[in-house]
Amino acid sequence: MSSQVLRNVRPYGEEAADIVIEDGLIVAISQPGSGVGDVVFECAELIALPGFVDLHTHLREPGREDAETILTGAQSAALGGFTCVHAMANTSPVADTAGVVEQVWRRGKETGLVNVRPVGAVTVGLDGTQLAELGAMAHSAANVRVFSDDGKCVHDPLLMRRALEYVKAFDGVVAQHAQDPRLTIDAQMNEGLLSGQLGLAGWPAVAEESIIARDVLLADHVGSRLHVCHLSTAGSVDVIRWAKARGINVTAEVAPHHLLLTEELVASYDPIYKVNPPLRRIEDVVALREAVADGTIDIIATDHAPHPHEDKDCEWAAAAMGMLGLETAFSIALLTLVEPGMLTWRELADRMSIAPAKIGRVLDQGRDLKVGEPANITVVNPRLRTVVEPANMASKSRNTPYAGMDLPGQVTHVFYAGKCTVRDGVLA
Amino acid sequence: MQHLLSAADLSHDEAVLILDTAAQLAEVTDRSVKKLPTLRGRTVVNLFFEDSTRTRISFEVAAKRLSADVINFAAKGSSVSKGESLKDTALTLEAMGADAVIIRHGASGAPHRLAASSWTGCSVINAGDGTHEHPTQALLDAYTLRRHLAGGSGDLSGLSVAIVGDILHSRVARSNVLLLKTLGASVTVVAPPTLLPYGIDSWPCSVSYDIESVLPRVDAVMMLRVQAERMQAAFFPSALEYSRLYGLDIDRFNLLPSHAIVLHPGPMNRGMEISADVADENRSVMVEQVANGVSVRMAVLYLLLGGMAEVEQ
Repeated sequence: MSSQVLRNVRPYGEEAADIVIEDGLIVAISQPGSGVGDVVFECAELIALPGFVDLHTHLREPGREDAETILTGAQSAALGGFTCVHAMANTSPVADTAGVVEQVWRRGKETGLVNVRPVGAVTVGLDGTQLAELGAMAHSAANVRVFSDDGKCVHDPLLMRRALEYVKAFDGVVAQHAQDPRLTIDAQMNEGLLSGQLGLAGWPAVAEESIIARDVLLADHVGSRLHVCHLSTAGSVDVIRWAKARGINVTAEVAPHHLLLTEELVASYDPIYKVNPPLRRIEDVVALREAVADGTIDIIATDHAPHPHEDKDCEWAAAAMGMLGLETAFSIALLTLVEPGMLTWRELADRMSIAPAKIGRVLDQGRDLKVGEPANITVVNPRLRTVVEPANMASKSRNTPYAGMDLPGQVTHVFYAGKCTVRDGVLA
Repeated sequence: MQHLLSAADLSHDEAVLILDTAAQLAEVTDRSVKKLPTLRGRTVVNLFFEDSTRTRISFEVAAKRLSADVINFAAKGSSVSKGESLKDTALTLEAMGADAVIIRHGASGAPHRLAASSWTGCSVINAGDGTHEHPTQALLDAYTLRRHLAGGSGDLSGLSVAIVGDILHSRVARSNVLLLKTLGASVTVVAPPTLLPYGIDSWPCSVSYDIESVLPRVDAVMMLRVQAERMQAAFFPSALEYSRLYGLDIDRFNLLPSHAIVLHPGPMNRGMEISADVADENRSVMVEQVANGVSVRMAVLYLLLGGMAEVEQ
């Protein structure tokens, strides 16, 4: 393989250097202008970060290839600066056997764009009644470490306890979609003043917070590792903060849309804003941003949820829940956290790459930019602004809530295991 | 004003204009030939995704008295139940040259979607959407209140109205609280706490859990239909207990001031939220509400399909 040089790039926004990539590794970091290689990328003023790792992606394949395929999802991920994504288990068939996860893993590998790490279902068919063969998935070629019934909550406390215990044998983690199903029957939006006015059934914050409170206590009791998906409320942040202070082994994520958008958008009844958990109040947005800054929330995860047009082009109640996230995640993080000075570039690298790789036990990702490390590198331009145009996205779906918004930041170049997957903002 | 989606869309003056227009149009109903040529050649579609014979007929009569062509479109199910989607139905009606669509839909916000989308350029009138709003019901209630309690003109300043029942699931209550406030009345909602929406404290009304303390000081009480099935979802323990605590029986009726009237949007559950003898009292004005519904809907159609611009000039 030929060698590549990132000329005059600023690792973590710090002093400029030349980064030389060869045979999938970083082989040299040297004075600007001194690096030697076959292909040179002029990176003046651009910032190099470890390739982003998404712990929460819906790739829809198998089963809903009309919404997304592993290939289009991987393209979308690469353009978003990701070198690794975790494909959620709520496909059809559900990723609850070694066969399905190996298939997803293999199809991901074929893309050559990102490391696709399948997430295994916790229960058979996401049904919440019987444990799936977690061990078989862990020991399969896909090497699954993250287990989640995402889209549904592992509601039965006994089953949740057993899952937390069982995954200890192979250092797995249960990623919980915290939503009490009884408190959210037919729920359509955040329960508050607005839901009452709009006549939409409420999804109360307590339905999320009560499950998180239960789960951190269970994780504490059995001494296991818990990850909480898409925190959306200030109360959830309080519970996680308390659990961490107590020494409980819990990690938490937030989705980019919960760092920016609020429930007022629902007043349009436009289902582009329908998502689970729902958009909340500005107080929640502020608390979530602060929690990412102080480390209470460990990671930003996209919850990229593609849906075909017809599933959003209808009345609110009939519409599917979910938003695209991969191609805008970096811009939203930049806008909501880095630009306001709440997060340094090193901290952003931690929240979007290093910490999620650790939670998912992805050994060759989320590594420091150092000589000898695998060359998973995302080079960004924080100065360039772009107006979001859904038609330009690589995702097969168009359900982005940011259409028409002028967002800061461009993912300029991406290297996955040394291979350039994105160059000058387009697929290489 | 192109659409009527929410009672909140109406300014004080617009609401009064609709009531005044309704009063003029009501005279047509007293004639032997109950018809005006106003909307001749205009096409009005009754697009009903939910069964509601009384509301559909009320709009149909209203449109016909104004000489509009009326198409009744009973859509089987919605896209939820894999019938034809709201979008395709709207495109179909648009292609057929409808001027106004009167929509009843089980999903809150469906009329807003229709009005905001590019699917149709028609005027959209909300005839009840999910648990959201039912603005023409609020207008006919206001019209009825005005006739009995405000001399049949102006607004409802100074009047006090209680709304009793399942506020949480009631589109009638939402529209009425908004419109009555706009027209200057003060509103008290009365219900068990389980049947009040979250955040009711911020609504422009006061709240009570005790019907008997409210009745002596109101000019009108509006009883809402309470579905007995609600008790399955633990909103209240039993129909009997609901009726005992929140129903309007003759003893409670007698707590009302002697001028006060009783309204109900129908259909009534006699014996549940209202006892049969109260329903048949001559200060219970349900039958008149139905007649007023036609006048008010005539006014809305007349004003939306061109009349409003003329009057404003």
